[in-house]
Amino acid sequence: MSDAAELVRRTQEFLAAHPPASTAAEAFLEARFDAGLAWVHYPEGLGGLGAPRALQAVVDAELEAAGAPPAVGPSLNGIGLGMAAPTILAFGTEEQKRRFLRPLWLGQEIWCQLFSEPGAGSDLAALGTRAVRDGEDWIVTGQKVWTSGAHNARFAILIARTDPDLPKHRGITYFVCDMTDPGVEVRPLRQITGEAEFNEVFLTEVRIPDAHRLGEVGEGWKVAQTTLMNERVAIGGARLPREGGMIGPIAATWRERPELRTRDLHQRLVELWVEAEVARLTGERLRQQLVAGHPGPEGSGMKLTFARLAQQISGLEVELQGEEGLLYDDWTMRRPETVDFLGREAGYRYLRAKGNSIEGGTSEVLLNIVAERVLGLPSEPRTDKDIAWKDLSR
Amino acid sequence: MTTPSDLLYSETEDELRSAVRSLLTDRCDATQVLARAESDAPHDGDLWKTLAADMGLAGLLVPESLGGQGATHREAAVVLEELGRFVAPVPYLTSAVIATETLLGCGTPAADELLGALASGRSIGALALPLSTGPSASYAEIEEKDGRLTGRVTAVADAAAADVLLVVAGGGLYAVETASDGVTVTAQTPLDLTRPLAAVTLDSAPGRLLTADASAAVRRGLRAGAGLLASEQLGLADWCLTETVAYLKTRHQFNRPVGSFQALKHRLAELWLETVHARAAARNAADALATASDEAPLAASLAQAYCSPVAVHAAEEALQLHGGIGMTWEHPVHLYLKRAKADAIALGSAGAHREIVAELVDLRAP
Ligand SMILES: Cc1cc2nc3c(=O)[nH]c(=O)nc-3n(C[C@H](O)[C@H](O)[C@H](O)COP(=O)(O)OP(=O)(O)OC[C@H]3O[C@@H](n4cnc5c(N)ncnc54)[C@H](O)[C@@H]3O)c2cc1C
Repeated sequence: MSDAAELVRRTQEFLAAHPPASTAAEAFLEARFDAGLAWVHYPEGLGGLGAPRALQAVVDAELEAAGAPPAVGPSLNGIGLGMAAPTILAFGTEEQKRRFLRPLWLGQEIWCQLFSEPGAGSDLAALGTRAVRDGEDWIVTGQKVWTSGAHNARFAILIARTDPDLPKHRGITYFVCDMTDPGVEVRPLRQITGEAEFNEVFLTEVRIPDAHRLGEVGEGWKVAQTTLMNERVAIGGARLPREGGMIGPIAATWRERPELRTRDLHQRLVELWVEAEVARLTGERLRQQLVAGHPGPEGSGMKLTFARLAQQISGLEVELQGEEGLLYDDWTMRRPETVDFLGREAGYRYLRAKGNSIEGGTSEVLLNIVAERVLGLPSEPRTDKDIAWKDLSR
Repeated sequence: MTTPSDLLYSETEDELRSAVRSLLTDRCDATQVLARAESDAPHDGDLWKTLAADMGLAGLLVPESLGGQGATHREAAVVLEELGRFVAPVPYLTSAVIATETLLGCGTPAADELLGALASGRSIGALALPLSTGPSASYAEIEEKDGRLTGRVTAVADAAAADVLLVVAGGGLYAVETASDGVTVTAQTPLDLTRPLAAVTLDSAPGRLLTADASAAVRRGLRAGAGLLASEQLGLADWCLTETVAYLKTRHQFNRPVGSFQALKHRLAELWLETVHARAAARNAADALATASDEAPLAASLAQAYCSPVAVHAAEEALQLHGGIGMTWEHPVHLYLKRAKADAIALGSAGAHREIVAELVDLRAP
């Protein structure tokens, strides 16, 4: 199943059997999963056909042309689709894959990410949430923070410390946590936009069955790397048409509102437009490299550029608005159902974009990764690699 | 070569700074500012009373003969640095600088009388133009008929706290009491929660003529505002730098203080350098305004063109270097980011001031 024509044929057969016009959206999506057209690169029986990932675009185009109901997007279940699913696929048992992937893709179960802690952000491996074995279960206690969407989530990917006597990277284990379990308490954490998109999550003796462990005991850091790599691609890597990202709204305002234009703003806008378009082409090139079977290291840099451009463009947009840039649409505290970087007005975009260089690994940390893993520069002397976690300074 | 301006702080200015800072430390900490920002009373009236009336700071720019302190823009600039450092929700820039300077530019008995009220802190004044209006920008006027004013102005800073509005109508400048019939002041939702904005609607509102030729007075007010806003931006940037340096000394990741990473040290050193430059530019503007130098228009626009982006940069760096906590409502850094971003639009953007500079130093656009 590596042939585009074959996939087009399959998709058409599927559409004939489930005409979008007369099929309920949910039933259509369920059938689509079962036909392996959800994410074609997943194995058969798990929503895919074992086809090359790049061929998903072929299926999507056919479905869209036929007016098929859209799949649940990353704005509702970004962590599930972009991070939990690839990790479960890579490390899950057959049973875990069967249990979690289908409702995840269908958006019936939303996921969140219980990684960061107050004392462990960039240095995630220093986390202190404890998981202690108790028969067939693990008892988990600790505090997580900045947990986006925890208030909507049914499940979480969770990393916790199972052995404090080992160096920090080696004593971590990866779990799936049921957010409805007793002992899980979610408190909204308001952010600078006025909303509470993220939360603090307190875990008090939460009982997680060993069957919900992903990967081996003590191998959680390795599993988490898969999640984090996917997170970075998910945040910066969306495929967009020209002017599809942050540059879209400001370009539209520029065209519609000649009275706002100045020479200075014009120069700056066009400069950013050029950068945004080049970033888009870089993403496209990256995807072509993937299809051609030689993924490049450029992927590590995409989120960096995405964050910087999102911030610069939205910053310019507020300025372009002039008097209106002094205003904000609404500070009301609410807990959104979805995450939308482009939603609402310029002021919101400007403030929300500030998070882009922090969430999913800060830009400083990503630059270190590029310098060390792509360029092969030596790392800074480290004092934390070989001491037991419990002896680290805080 | 012209004699250079005095770019230092005098002993009196240093004393003034410590008096204002200790008051603000007591009465205007970040938690209080944040709580107030979301309340129904976003202006801190009590704090204003202490600053304006008890300490006499509202009258710094007003000659003693008119009931003021007879001090200068240099002292007012120091007050603004401190107010910027605390993002204090008081109408100092709007009333004690812009409205006051505009009235000083009128030179009429009616204006002088009002100056006395503003200088004593009995009254708060606001120039009824959008906060975004720069000293060389055009602005819309209100309609005037037989001393009655009709029209609407939006994004007027501190209008909700004002007792009197200075309204440009039919080429003249009018004083309009906000308590009069026909005046409606409606709060708008501001990006910067610490400098409330309002829409002012006048419906045949009674106005007292202050001068028949508003233009020069208004430009003077806006220019002084722009020049001294640079000091507020400096104070704000300085807070962001100081706070971030302190945080990065104590925040540990990777078994060491985050501030020990060279990449971050360099970022903060660069930011420090920016504040050094900003201080020179802001002092230069304050001094030029204080001495009514021919260079004042250049100094004011130079300071805005430089300090506006520095304040935004400082606040953006502060947020980024605090990591996730910087994205939270409860941490004060967002108040500074929002103030810095609004200040970058207030009284003309850096781009608008670069154009003024270009004009004044004969570097014309193509
Ligand atoms: C909007 C948003 C959503 C988020 N959602 C989630 C979520 O759903 N789940 C989750 O688990 N986490 C989430 N996070 C947390 C995020 O991953 C962390 O905030 C991030 O990893 C940084 O950690 P920290 O906040 O502790 O900052 P710190 O690690 O304390 O960093 C402080 C500053 O130091 C810098 N720094 C740290 N180490 C180095 C170094 N070695 N070299 C140079 N500079 C360095 C950082 O870049 C930063 O500027 C979210 C964060 C945000 C802002």
